[in-house]
Amino acid sequence: MTFSGLVSQLLEIVLALAFAPLLTGWVNQWRAWLQNRSAPGLLQPYRLLHKLFNKDSVVAETASPIFRIAPYIVFACMALVCGIAPTLSTDLPLAPAADAIALVGLFALARVFISLAAMDIGTSFGTLGARREMLVGFLAEPALLMVLFSASLITQSTSLANIVESLAHAPFAIYPSLAVAGVAFTFVSLAENARIPVDNPATHLELTMIHEALILEYSGRHLALIEWAASLKLFAYSCIGLALFFPWGIANADTPLVMILAVPVLVAKLAVGGMLLALIETINAKMRLFRVPEFLATAFLLAVIALLVHVLLGA
Amino acid sequence: MEALLAQSINLFAAVLLVLAFAMIAQRRILTLIHLFTLQGASLVAATLVVAYLTGQHHLYYSAVITFVLKVVLIPILLHRVIQRLNVRWDVETLFNIPTTMLIGIVLVIFAFNLAAPIASLSASIAHGTLGIALACVLLSFLMMIVRAKAVPQVIGFLSMENGLFFAATAATSGMPMIVELGIAFDVLVGILILGVFMFQIREQFDSLDIRHLEKLKDE
Amino acid sequence: MLHLDWILVLVGAWLGLGLIGLLVLRNTAFVARVLFPAGGAVAIALAAVALAALFDVPETAVLVVGLPDLPFHLRLDGLSAFFLLVIGAAGAGISIFAAGYFRHGEGTPPGLLCLEYHVFLASMAMVLLADDAYAFMVMWETMALSSFFLVTANHRVPSIRQAGFLYLLVAHVGAIAILLCFGVLQANTGDYTFANMRAQSLSPLWASAAFLLATFGFGAKAGIVPLHVWLPEAHPAAPSPVSALMSGVMLKTAIYGVLRVGFDLLSVQIWWWGVLLLSLGLITALFGVTFSAVQTDMKRLLAYSSIENIGLLFVGIGLGVLFKAYGMDSLSALALTAALYHVISHAFFKSLLFLGTGSVLHATGERSLGKLGGLMRRMPWVGWLVLVGVLASSGLPPLSGFVAEWLLLQSFLFTTELPDTFLNMLIPVIAAAIALVAALAGYAMVKFFGVIFLGQPREPKLAEARDASRLERAGLVWLASGCVLLGLFPVPIITVIDRVTHLLIGAGIADTVRRNGWILLAPTALDRASYSPVIFLVVVCVAVLLSIWLVRRFYHGRLRFAPPWDCGFPAQTARMQDTAEGFGQPIRQIFEPVFRMQRELPSPFDDKPVYKVIIEDHFWHWLYLPIAHATELFARVVGRLQQGRIAIYLLYSFVTLIVLLLVVKS
Repeated sequence: MTFSGLVSQLLEIVLALAFAPLLTGWVNQWRAWLQNRSAPGLLQPYRLLHKLFNKDSVVAETASPIFRIAPYIVFACMALVCGIAPTLSTDLPLAPAADAIALVGLFALARVFISLAAMDIGTSFGTLGARREMLVGFLAEPALLMVLFSASLITQSTSLANIVESLAHAPFAIYPSLAVAGVAFTFVSLAENARIPVDNPATHLELTMIHEALILEYSGRHLALIEWAASLKLFAYSCIGLALFFPWGIANADTPLVMILAVPVLVAKLAVGGMLLALIETINAKMRLFRVPEFLATAFLLAVIALLVHVLLGA
Repeated sequence: MEALLAQSINLFAAVLLVLAFAMIAQRRILTLIHLFTLQGASLVAATLVVAYLTGQHHLYYSAVITFVLKVVLIPILLHRVIQRLNVRWDVETLFNIPTTMLIGIVLVIFAFNLAAPIASLSASIAHGTLGIALACVLLSFLMMIVRAKAVPQVIGFLSMENGLFFAATAATSGMPMIVELGIAFDVLVGILILGVFMFQIREQFDSLDIRHLEKLKDE
Repeated sequence: MLHLDWILVLVGAWLGLGLIGLLVLRNTAFVARVLFPAGGAVAIALAAVALAALFDVPETAVLVVGLPDLPFHLRLDGLSAFFLLVIGAAGAGISIFAAGYFRHGEGTPPGLLCLEYHVFLASMAMVLLADDAYAFMVMWETMALSSFFLVTANHRVPSIRQAGFLYLLVAHVGAIAILLCFGVLQANTGDYTFANMRAQSLSPLWASAAFLLATFGFGAKAGIVPLHVWLPEAHPAAPSPVSALMSGVMLKTAIYGVLRVGFDLLSVQIWWWGVLLLSLGLITALFGVTFSAVQTDMKRLLAYSSIENIGLLFVGIGLGVLFKAYGMDSLSALALTAALYHVISHAFFKSLLFLGTGSVLHATGERSLGKLGGLMRRMPWVGWLVLVGVLASSGLPPLSGFVAEWLLLQSFLFTTELPDTFLNMLIPVIAAAIALVAALAGYAMVKFFGVIFLGQPREPKLAEARDASRLERAGLVWLASGCVLLGLFPVPIITVIDRVTHLLIGAGIADTVRRNGWILLAPTALDRASYSPVIFLVVVCVAVLLSIWLVRRFYHGRLRFAPPWDCGFPAQTARMQDTAEGFGQPIRQIFEPVFRMQRELPSPFDDKPVYKVIIEDHFWHWLYLPIAHATELFARVVGRLQQGRIAIYLLYSFVTLIVLLLVVKS
């Protein structure tokens, strides 16, 4: 473990924690603009978090300790995700502890806990949300894993840092399998981050909601943590996607100083990515819940095709 | 640069495959037409790259023809057809979509396997693409089988032709010009006939559902 | 004394405990407080001896019991020692739990149950030690019979008798196949010792025949589709410690059998055996997990989950065979390590879950998920311990299930160099399916835990549910800590497993793994893949504690309790929660063709609307009922021979004798 590695590791986590809500705010702003609404300020998510942290937490009488511990676990999982995803540098001391498979496991861990917490109260909405979340999860998880695998097959490594390292610092080459995987990854990230066309984070209608139904009983600091974790998840997904498919401008162990350059590059990439996300959300309609498995099955099968394309073309 | 261009053919092949796959998964006819247009566009791009890399001038002409036919003319025709017939909406399929996609995966594996030995023999710039082209053809064929309406079937037919054309350009670096011209005309005539045919079905049965055609057999 | 002698002494101790149980037939307290804990202690000792034996040279012995001139040949090598370790380690927890579990007045008297239970344990251990076909079959059948009696402990219930019968039937069909397999393996030498079988070099045709018979025979015991039908009937019927023993431990003897025949007795592997095991395993895993997600009975859910896990084990073994056949020994070792890791991990978490259902069953008297709920508050010990098992079973880091899954996926990932293009294409597809199975297992497990322990109690009587007794808790804690330790310290466990893979294929991954210390698990090379459960856990815990502390530090920690909000809906009742049927609905819809479903929907005018859905297995109707009908038909035809008069029967014998004499003469 080198000093620069430690620095980049800490910097990454701190940056993620600090700026994840900003990304959410940015996406919300663009979405509002694209939909011809006046947008909330860029810092709105921070205000929301501050407000929620200051409120009393109201916990249902029927809740068990799982309900109260779950937000912290979800938050910790997402923080760790941001720690192992190479956003700025590939020289991360935490990276050997959890590779791509463990990353998917980490998402699954968070999902299982939030679903259990939703079932804990025993309300109709909570259990409904839990069921829908697990439904999205069981298709999105293998799809995500297969996307990461197609990158692993190219680089012969499942460690995210090494994958990005070899993609970013190898001579430029076109990988058709990654192109296919990229489409699948887009689908998965839309579903996993509760975005249109799978879920709509802006509404509280029974027919549309997955994520909102799940966290209906949370309030105060618990809700704040969950919202923050959701922001972190969006941030992590964006960073993983950018690192896999547009890996340029990420520092490595030999070039720690590139970190200084990596920050603006990342900001630029995230800004464009956020705009694209808002665009996707604007031009698509929310699909019926029954269509969601189809959507995710498409993503899963596309990811499998990406693997097959890799086997066929060797690239 | 050359190497990158050669790799880009593989990329276009993958795009073609994804689009063929997306067509199977897609219910709306309008989106189907868009996907078909995109497929045509990537085909044109692939042809241009092959033309540049191999220096075969006639491939430029065929790229132009493809562009005019598959990116401009046929999509416009199809748009007008669906407007006139008012069949923009969801397509019923014979199997449900995930099942069809699973069959699609099996077909892809089959096609890749079939092409793997040929690919290792071929010395052309993008030898791996033959498998993808074959997979595209099979997927489009599958789409023709499972769709119940006439318009998606026509699109399936056209996309199958895209796959064949791609196989001809990318894997074997192009056929003689005269063959390509012939094929292009064939497709154009084909789509005209099918267009007339669709209007006739519509007039006869007041629907584009080709299951009505089952009534036409001898009892 | 040799390790083998010690193990024989311990197995003898089990038998002795069983016999003592027979003496104190109805003294529940003595059986529960003395005999079962003693059995648990014996199990721990067995595990310890097995662990020591694992790092020693193989030992053999000849036991002169049974028929004259047919002694039992015994052998203790790495493979049997590993599985003995599994039996001992998991059996200890189960025995301790059973001490608190068995109570008065449940069918079979406790003393008899004690005998059957310990004979079951002893016969499983002896199966692993057997070194000739004769000893193996005797012990195999003893195992089947003792477990049959345990399954039918509550034999006054007709459905349990039926389940027992089905179990016995399939077990015997499987046993015949195993016997035939040994017949093929000895290659007409007439010597049924395993040593002789190892020495034979069979032609590929005969080797394949032996392998197919072994797959069929052991597959029937393991519950491979389509021979799985007995499993979801028998496991729920048995008392919970027995279910745990059957699911967690007995199924593993079948895995042992496959490994013993496939890698040890058969010297050469053929590539398509691997493909066969892979596809069987994959079908089984997918089948098991979809069915487990739609079950409404908690023990059936777990039984189907066992089918799924057995499927995954077969996938791992199949991959091992495939790589071995192509001479890729290190990859084969990786796949087998994954499978063996899953063996021990599954033994722990599935036993834990089954025992947990036992506690719930005792506390509430309900097995149906539709009548449970909210037990987390009433039974916190069982709840939290079962949660550990649930997380391990869902394959979540940093628990034991994840390590096995991780290793399995790793072995899929670096296999692009198989010489056959078709196999190369197949491997990623199978990896994808494995990922799907793992994610679906998470779905089923969330349903299992959420419906039983979370939410509000669906029945008023659940309010009186009591937490498990001390001994029960001790058993659960043992198994749960096993799940955690297996998850956190993969490197020492792989060192143990390495002995087995060295024995089977002459390669192992421990040397590579140990190079990176015990914290980091890197099966091939550090830059290819690495995983560290300890760091993982520490970081997550630190992050949790840090966030709790920071939130407390910077904001007030006020907390208010109020009735559930639920979008402001006032008339919430416990019946409005999702039921087990509701939770399984998406799976039912997505995987509709897999199930044979009958649904009764209520009409809008019903006063008491009833929704009913019955989910059955297609195989039952496609395979088993036709066979049963054909058998009945045949029996009816044969039945015509029976006239009821002695003279006629004597005539049959007489005619047969004459015919035989004629045949002999000609």
